[in-house]
Amino acid sequence: MSTVASERATDRGVAVELTDLRRTYGGVHALDGLTLHLAPGEFVALLGPSGCGKTTALRCLAGLEDPDSGTVTVAGKDLTRVPTNKRDMGMVFQAYSLFPHLTARQNVEFGLSLRRGSGAQRRTRAGEMLDLVGLGSQVDKFAHQMSGGQQQRVALARALAIEPQVLLLDEPLSALDAKVRSQLRDEIRRIQLEVGTTTLFVTHDQEEALAVADRVGVMSGGRLEQLAAPHELYASPATAFVADFVGLSNRLAGRVSQGRAEVLGGSVPVLPGSVTEGPAVVLVRPEGVRIERSDDGEATVVSASFLGATGRVVASTPDGETIHVQVANVDVPDYRPGDRVRLTPRGDAALAVHDGSDSMGTPGSK
Amino acid sequence: MSGQRARIRRRQRTFRWGVVTLVSAFFALPLLGMLDFTTRGPGGVGRSGQTWRTLADFGAVATDYPTLNDGVVTSVGLAVLTVAVMLLLLVPTMTWVRLRVPRAQRLVEFVCLLPLTVPAIVLVVGLSPIYTWLTGWLRYFFGTAISESTLWLSLAYVVLVLPYSYRAIDAGLRSIDVRTLSEAARSLGAGWPTVMWRIILPNLRSAVLSASFLTVALVLGEFTIANLFSRNNLQVAMYLLGKSDAQISVAVGLVSLVFAFLILFAMSFVGSAGQGGALTRRLRSRKESA
Ligand SMILES: Nc1ncnc2c1ncn2[C@@H]1O[C@H](COP(=O)(O)OP(=O)(O)OP(=O)(O)O)[C@@H](O)[C@H]1O
Ligand SMILES: [Mg+2]
Repeated sequence: MSTVASERATDRGVAVELTDLRRTYGGVHALDGLTLHLAPGEFVALLGPSGCGKTTALRCLAGLEDPDSGTVTVAGKDLTRVPTNKRDMGMVFQAYSLFPHLTARQNVEFGLSLRRGSGAQRRTRAGEMLDLVGLGSQVDKFAHQMSGGQQQRVALARALAIEPQVLLLDEPLSALDAKVRSQLRDEIRRIQLEVGTTTLFVTHDQEEALAVADRVGVMSGGRLEQLAAPHELYASPATAFVADFVGLSNRLAGRVSQGRAEVLGGSVPVLPGSVTEGPAVVLVRPEGVRIERSDDGEATVVSASFLGATGRVVASTPDGETIHVQVANVDVPDYRPGDRVRLTPRGDAALAVHDGSDSMGTPGSK
Repeated sequence: MSGQRARIRRRQRTFRWGVVTLVSAFFALPLLGMLDFTTRGPGGVGRSGQTWRTLADFGAVATDYPTLNDGVVTSVGLAVLTVAVMLLLLVPTMTWVRLRVPRAQRLVEFVCLLPLTVPAIVLVVGLSPIYTWLTGWLRYFFGTAISESTLWLSLAYVVLVLPYSYRAIDAGLRSIDVRTLSEAARSLGAGWPTVMWRIILPNLRSAVLSASFLTVALVLGEFTIANLFSRNNLQVAMYLLGKSDAQISVAVGLVSLVFAFLILFAMSFVGSAGQGGALTRRLRSRKESA
């Protein structure tokens, strides 16, 4: 591996602070008071539904878009009015962005050629970076001679070659097929750990975000809903939106009293920030529900499907609620539509509980 | 079934060759006529290569036909200047408009195509007060040597070639993702001049070449404006020469026609003659648009 990159790994990272960013297009609030702080060397994924302002946030950080108000601070310096080419940020775009008239090596050398250093140093560094992304043997190819995945690797090498303060990735993998995507995403993470650059990674694929990021920021309507480590985001979402958006949840009518929610005939503790008393909507993960075949069970199996590593049973209760339950994949054949089953919540089943006034999508829509 | 298809194909081929022959004849006949005229012997009797021998002797041409010599030099100068001004004007402007004010693209297109609808005489009438004003200032600052130069005609020629070069460069800009490429370059630390020079321009190579070739061909063939401004250029010189020495005049005309033809011919190979990258890119973009 590249020694140049690894020996610098510890001192690469800088803090990035986006504070109260606002940006409107016509009447659309693309950013509506976004505040997002990245710790030095951190890998943060920005997640959210289409149109929530992820790209706009990234472009404001890169200087490709001017915020109407708010500040962008990197390593303690206010960069809000600094032009893109003076910001020292490496960027990988969703669209293929290699310069078509240059070879892979020349693409990587481009940023270096605008900085100090001899031609020989440049060549060496470009070679190292291409090795780092696993393309050491493709240095003389043009963009049109490479696959989409290879092009994005070169784009990553090009962005990293200038040793940027911050690395920005805007859905760099979305044009690739599933296999290459997961491979490349793990590789991006490996390289990021090696070079230690503070990284903001925009995606709308939650699996991708949860898999690679130190922390995941969930955006909605131009603001940040929650910024937390993946497991925390999944286990204790701060808002109903996050609970609903990240992972799949059942939304069940329940009742809260004394910090416990009554749901599915069981009693479970609720998470902080939930309503404390009275009727409520309880969000329960599919893996938070226990299912048993039982002739006196109240629920009926609607369908059972094999999902590869796991299985899923969809059942309906007498109240007309539809509940998704995760089961082991080998158990799927045991459940047939029409079978009677008993559903009970596991002890740690409840996610967030809110009063139901907040409108959310139906369960199973994600 | 297949017999019928073969018959249709045969008929199409005959038709195609028929069209090609007709068109070739249409273009070749005048040229052959010119060739015939310039090789006639004295008094129109017999054959003689005298005219072409004279023309091939540059020294003799320069002394014997000073107007022609001046016209050629002026036209070449005008062609070079017009290309330079046209490129400096169009490439950055069109790139900028595409990136920053895409809504204005229609307006720019309209303005650039406008000269097609304006007759040369109208252009001259409109331009002459501007030239009078410009010449006044130029004389004031630089003296008559510069203010009286025919090369100022290139400004009028830029207007004249605008529709054609606009089309060529627009096609080039359409074939690349200008926004992403320039944003990528800027994020790597390139300022706008570097983006233009090292990223946009190389990718517009064939578009820039076709725009330039078209411009050269148009400028070398321009007569009306130069004549109406009482300036000498290649075509005006040929016209004047035609009154005194028709054979030389026609021979020069033939040379310039063949030259223009070669330029246009070269132009259609611009993309493919370059390095592999340019060719494949062009083929690919053609495939995508198909
Ligand atoms: N240049 C623009 N002109 C007008 N509206 C824009 C522009 N850029 C973004 N918007 C609007 O701002 C909002 C946020 O856009 P943005 O591209 O940041 O969303 P996103 O989260 O990246 O979405 P996606 O996941 O689809 O890429 C959207 O409603 C979009 O229509
Ligand atoms: Mg986006």
